[in-house]
Amino acid sequence: MGEPLLRVENLCVEFRTRRGIVRAVDGVSFEIQHRESFGLVGETGCGKTVTGLSILRLISRPGRIAGGHIWLEGEDLGSKSEEEMQSIRGGRIAMIFQDPASSLNPVFTVGSQIVRVIRRHQPVSRAEAQARALEVLEAVGLPDAPRVLGCYPHELSGGMQQRVMIAMALSCRPSLLIADEPTTALDVTIEAQILALLRDLQQRYGIALLLITHDLGIIAETCSRLAVLYAGRVAEIGPTEAIFSAPRHPYTQGLMAAIPRPGSRGRRLAAIPGTVPANPGSIPGCAFASRCGQPRERCWSDRPSLTEVAPGHLVACYVATTEGRP
Amino acid sequence: MRKAAFVLRRLGMSLFVLLGLSLITFTLARVIPSDPAAAYIGPHPRPEQVEMVRERLGLNRPLPVQYLIYMRDLLRGDWGESISTKRPVLREIGDRVCASLELLAVGMSLAVLIGVPLGVFSARFQGSPFDVVVRTLSIAGVSMPAFWLGLVLQLVFFRWLHLLPLTGRFATELRFTHPIRPLTGFFLLDTAITGNWVAFKDVAWHIVLPAFTLAAYPIGLIARMTRGTMLEVLAQDYIRTARAYGISERFVVYGYALKNAIGPTLTVIGLTLAYALTGTFFIEIVFNWPGLGLFTVHSLLSVDYPAVMGITLFAAAGYVGINLAVDLLQAWIDPRISLR
Amino acid sequence: MSTRESARSPEELQTQRRWRHAAHVITRDPLALFSVLVITGFLVLAIAGPWIAPYPEQGFGKTNVATRMLPPSREHPLGTDRLGRDILSRIIIGARPALSTSLIVVGLAVAIGSLLGAVAGYVGGWVDDLIMRITDLFLAFPSLLLAMAIVAAIGPGLTNAMLAIAISWWPWYTRLVRGIALSLRERHFVEAARAVGVPSLGIIFRHILPNCLSPILVQATIDIGTVILASGGLAFIGLGAQPPAPDWGLMVSEGRAFLLTQWWYSTFPGLAIFVTVLAFNLLGDTLRDIFDPRQYR
Repeated sequence: MGEPLLRVENLCVEFRTRRGIVRAVDGVSFEIQHRESFGLVGETGCGKTVTGLSILRLISRPGRIAGGHIWLEGEDLGSKSEEEMQSIRGGRIAMIFQDPASSLNPVFTVGSQIVRVIRRHQPVSRAEAQARALEVLEAVGLPDAPRVLGCYPHELSGGMQQRVMIAMALSCRPSLLIADEPTTALDVTIEAQILALLRDLQQRYGIALLLITHDLGIIAETCSRLAVLYAGRVAEIGPTEAIFSAPRHPYTQGLMAAIPRPGSRGRRLAAIPGTVPANPGSIPGCAFASRCGQPRERCWSDRPSLTEVAPGHLVACYVATTEGRP
Repeated sequence: MRKAAFVLRRLGMSLFVLLGLSLITFTLARVIPSDPAAAYIGPHPRPEQVEMVRERLGLNRPLPVQYLIYMRDLLRGDWGESISTKRPVLREIGDRVCASLELLAVGMSLAVLIGVPLGVFSARFQGSPFDVVVRTLSIAGVSMPAFWLGLVLQLVFFRWLHLLPLTGRFATELRFTHPIRPLTGFFLLDTAITGNWVAFKDVAWHIVLPAFTLAAYPIGLIARMTRGTMLEVLAQDYIRTARAYGISERFVVYGYALKNAIGPTLTVIGLTLAYALTGTFFIEIVFNWPGLGLFTVHSLLSVDYPAVMGITLFAAAGYVGINLAVDLLQAWIDPRISLR
Repeated sequence: MSTRESARSPEELQTQRRWRHAAHVITRDPLALFSVLVITGFLVLAIAGPWIAPYPEQGFGKTNVATRMLPPSREHPLGTDRLGRDILSRIIIGARPALSTSLIVVGLAVAIGSLLGAVAGYVGGWVDDLIMRITDLFLAFPSLLLAMAIVAAIGPGLTNAMLAIAISWWPWYTRLVRGIALSLRERHFVEAARAVGVPSLGIIFRHILPNCLSPILVQATIDIGTVILASGGLAFIGLGAQPPAPDWGLMVSEGRAFLLTQWWYSTFPGLAIFVTVLAFNLLGDTLRDIFDPRQYR
């Protein structure tokens, strides 16, 4: 493997609150290869959205990136000036968000918003940008694209709005697309369409995808590799198949058990007891220890680091990595 | 289509409000005073006079009928006769409204030109020393009694610095040296149109202090509300989207955010016009400005009933008109508004 | 998270945290501190003015020909007026009527406005429509203009001016409370109360109004300042308090004729209005800051 498209190393993000400094992301590392689709999964508040925004360096006060590095094709994003970052945002990395209705500016037409993004990143005339906008709107499967171009966001349905967002993301041919819960606000039927569209576009244009979600089912359908985030730390990372067939971290196992499956009718879905600690950064040991079924002595005092249990499959858990040993 | 429906509905609402207004002034003029006829004529009425007025206003008839007569007279343009000047109220209003409007226009323009940028900048640089200064100044602006501010400004700029004239719309000697030919009634315009630059300069100097006194409250309110609106808009998801697509911070603030903030800001400007409207009353007294406010206060103090009620109705109708204009303007700017 | 805290009920914790937060905000923000100090001073003057003022009997109106129109000096720090009265004493004595006037007006407006608002928001239907149409009508008037017209109809004087201002003021509270009542109506505790058969009036007094308390308090604080401003304005025109009342607005008005020769006459009473109103506005802002649930996490 050569230089990965994106390398996140030991990322830490802190927020200043009234109660002191809270670490929302606490030493997260992962890599995404060119054209790969990578999933980031975890429950609300585990730091997945913050991780996504950090890649674009869009953490604003009272938050800040407190440590770590992010490399895009070998370039350290931390050393870029604000102007350089602006040309990366939307140009080389694009991002789509959870709620398309609020993510589009309500008082500008869809067309003018896409055209502005295109002209921000490419030296083209207004007419060329317009043509390009039309092209991407067609590419995301919007019927009657010329009409949509002149529409205001509120005149479109949720699914259409999200397609518009995807079109805007595609408009400058980025090499990485970050999709933050792209279907959570949509109906189930629309969800399937949007996911199919994302997979299709990823294949067609060769874009790498970072899919952020709380839904393991979506990851299973879409991503080839994934990382499970818990309380701002990576609990487990590896190929989707490996993790789904043999989850090693007790948290991942809990998440799997909570997915309804065919054939499991009549059985109760398992829930993980307890809640996520409020400020996991202050915990010396494993953040999951208080909810873990079989914590060891050292789980309370030492922080487990990611350890390889199978090729490309890493787990941060003493229980999982010392299993079967005395 | 939806827009047309919105405009119609909004017009209907204004009409309803105007009807209600007439009902309120009717109550104040005809129901509350113990002897409306005497109130209508003024102090020391002669008996035959009272009888005539009773007859004309239908004061012996039931209240609903009286109201209908009242409305009929209003619509005919018969707003009664001023007790102190013995001239029709509507004419008295017409003679003075331009002076007030000119003051209001200059004052509000000042307020918008100063208040909106202050609010936008202080939102963009939230927490900076500039922001702290703007917030303090804007609260000071809304806490300042206009009549007192006018006096203090007179003291400073006339008495101590000898920079600006004390009162009036123009210097008295101007009447003889460079008379103003009234075309529009707005002296700044009139002198500019006729090329009477000596008079123009004099008129401009005279309007500075009253206009600034009038603007103090609106500047404070507009800056404060604009700041709040901008902060709210800047926290929206679509602003994050714009930033995530590399749109420059300048365009994010002055393009994407500002256009969203214009609607609420317009509402605030409309609202401040109400304060400014009553503000002119005090300012016209302090600066001896020959407008509606000065006339109103004289009428109030001489218990000139028809004049007071006429002005109340007139000013309130003007206010309703302003609000209507603001709403229609907003519907034109914000594509979502017609759906509400 | 310590055991000491967890021994208390959530409500107690909430209250305790709120007080601590309030103390934190007030001591850290110089403007908030300023407002608290000024208002405390204002309250002290309103209560104990006659014992504090250097010439209390002049404050109440006793004239003294020998000391007419004196500029500020050691004996008369803010000078004297055309009837020889010490302006500082007049201002100090004037604090009580200023406070009581605004408290009565705001109290009236809050009582009428919030009750109507709660009824409109909670009951809904045609009652809501009727109340809100009337409210809109009143809001369509600039409130001071309405107050002036009312004073013109019922005659000038402090009591009438107060009544007029109160009448033109209540709709703001109606609108405020109705908005909150509307959102509360759907909340669980209100639904629960309704389900177990608590009568509407009981729900309004026990559940709706208490929950509107903090926004009302914020608005009322700001309005105390605004009413001082408005009644000062009416007095300045000659429609409010009448001589020889030690009213701040009236004093500004009296001094106006002597502006160019006796600058202190109008300036200091006006300054008193400005500083007091400023303090109430700042305090309102601070309270909003303290009550705003968005500040809590």
